[in-house]
Amino acid sequence: MIGNVIAFRKFEPGGSIFGEEWVGLRYVKLFLNDPTFWNVFTNTLVLGALTLIFCFPLPIVLALLLNEVRRRTLKRFLQSVSYLPHFLSMVIVAGLVMQMTSLDGPINAFLDFVGSEKVSFMQDPGWFRTIYVSSEVWQTVGWGTILYLAALTTIDDQLYEAARMDGAGRWRQIWHVTLPGIRPTAVTLLILNIGTFMAVGFEKVLLLYNPLTYPTADVISTYLYRMGLEASNFSYAAAIGLFEALVGLVLILSANVISRRTVGTSLW
Amino acid sequence: MVTTHELTRGYRVFQWFNGLILTGVVVVTLYPFVNILARSFSSQGAISAGEVNLVPKGFNLTTYRIVASDPTFWTNYRNTVVYTVVATFIAIVMTTSYAYVLSKKHLKGRKALIGIAVFTMFFTGGLIPNYVLITGLGMKNSIWAIVLPNAISVFNLLVMKAFFESLPQDLEEAAAIDGLNTYGILWKIVLPLSKAVLATMILFYAVSFWNSWFQAFLYMNESDLFPVTVYLRNLIAGATGSDSYGAAATEVTQAAANIQAVTIVLTVLPILVIYPFVQRYFVSGVMLGAVKG
Repeated sequence: MIGNVIAFRKFEPGGSIFGEEWVGLRYVKLFLNDPTFWNVFTNTLVLGALTLIFCFPLPIVLALLLNEVRRRTLKRFLQSVSYLPHFLSMVIVAGLVMQMTSLDGPINAFLDFVGSEKVSFMQDPGWFRTIYVSSEVWQTVGWGTILYLAALTTIDDQLYEAARMDGAGRWRQIWHVTLPGIRPTAVTLLILNIGTFMAVGFEKVLLLYNPLTYPTADVISTYLYRMGLEASNFSYAAAIGLFEALVGLVLILSANVISRRTVGTSLW
Repeated sequence: MVTTHELTRGYRVFQWFNGLILTGVVVVTLYPFVNILARSFSSQGAISAGEVNLVPKGFNLTTYRIVASDPTFWTNYRNTVVYTVVATFIAIVMTTSYAYVLSKKHLKGRKALIGIAVFTMFFTGGLIPNYVLITGLGMKNSIWAIVLPNAISVFNLLVMKAFFESLPQDLEEAAAIDGLNTYGILWKIVLPLSKAVLATMILFYAVSFWNSWFQAFLYMNESDLFPVTVYLRNLIAGATGSDSYGAAATEVTQAAANIQAVTIVLTVLPILVIYPFVQRYFVSGVMLGAVKG
């Protein structure tokens, strides 16, 4: 972590790992004036926001649906299947995505079947966000239900009973009993999600993007990877990395403060 | 809660829809696997024509033979096994030691030690400083570049700490009176009681090392050292030119997509095979972590 000082020092390959001389904020100024940086910054925010919008609420929905399944064996089977993608290597996920979206893949076969034009998804910047977010949902939604399902089992049956006595239908029971019951879990996970907002799936983007899709796919972490390790601008890349990490830290701290003030749930 | 509820007409409609939605979820989750399996057995012609869906078209094992005859594939596969075993072992030793120490409430500076670990969950050195550090330590092209930076996962550390804290303190005090020293207590009293959590931790680490690719991709330059995930990533990225399949490729032309499918199947197979048996340990591990995370 102390190695971050190279963000403020000029780094020479083969020299000291802490760099050669102080250059102050030179590298910070450099990236603030770099148009590519602002492009990848925007991409990061958009991908982060889309991921949050889809990957945060969908596990709650799925958990509620699973909770209504009454046959235990069936429920367990559904859970097992939905957790599965979580255990795959990112490389495998990327491989599956490539195969699904390739020109001879099933999605294009379907488009062909309904008489639409084939699309080369992976080469089209307009499709990248859709592909990224849907594969993210595919991979995470099942695993995301675990904690909610656990929280759901801790809700006291008497609360449902009381709600029914008061004449609440199923929807009102969900609204007034179930959702408040899982709120602490939801808030905690939301804070954690916001904290990782800026670190949008670096590995996945790195595996899925290509120069054709840079306009929408390139994010801060992949940009600094290329800058640092492919173009050997170590200090420049470290400055960007430090900026990203600081934004992430600020995000999680503020999310935590807001949640403590408003709903009384805090991470620590 | 549902059993006591009278089945209204609306609720039955809902159940019907629910079944439909959940069936959809299962289909969408499993479809890519079935499709990739079908592709791996199909002929190139059928794949290019986009005809392969759920069952193989033009069944053949040619691609499996091509992949299996590539020595690099097997070397890399063996590397994955070796890296996973060594890394998991070291990670378990490190995590257990740290977690056990942290679980002792009378330890001086305990808060600070926990703080140091938790802080890294939210703020890390970043890619470039890490790279410079690992390279500076001379760990490039060695297994240590994969093992050491990931030897302690903070999440796993906190899970273990919570578990150790939940063990009855009296037991350890009694053992101390009987003359066991600290290591004896850990080895003979605490660890035998922690088999369940140790199994969970081993699985967590093993899966994450088995799946990891980026560390190896970053720090290893020689294809003999790659884990199989990097082999696959190079296939996907098209970095492995046709020359690595030289002899085999001339026999039968099987395009890259087909080889990718076979490699994916062979890489994912071990996970799919053990998954049903170990899944519940993962779930219980996550629960443990959630109690005190």
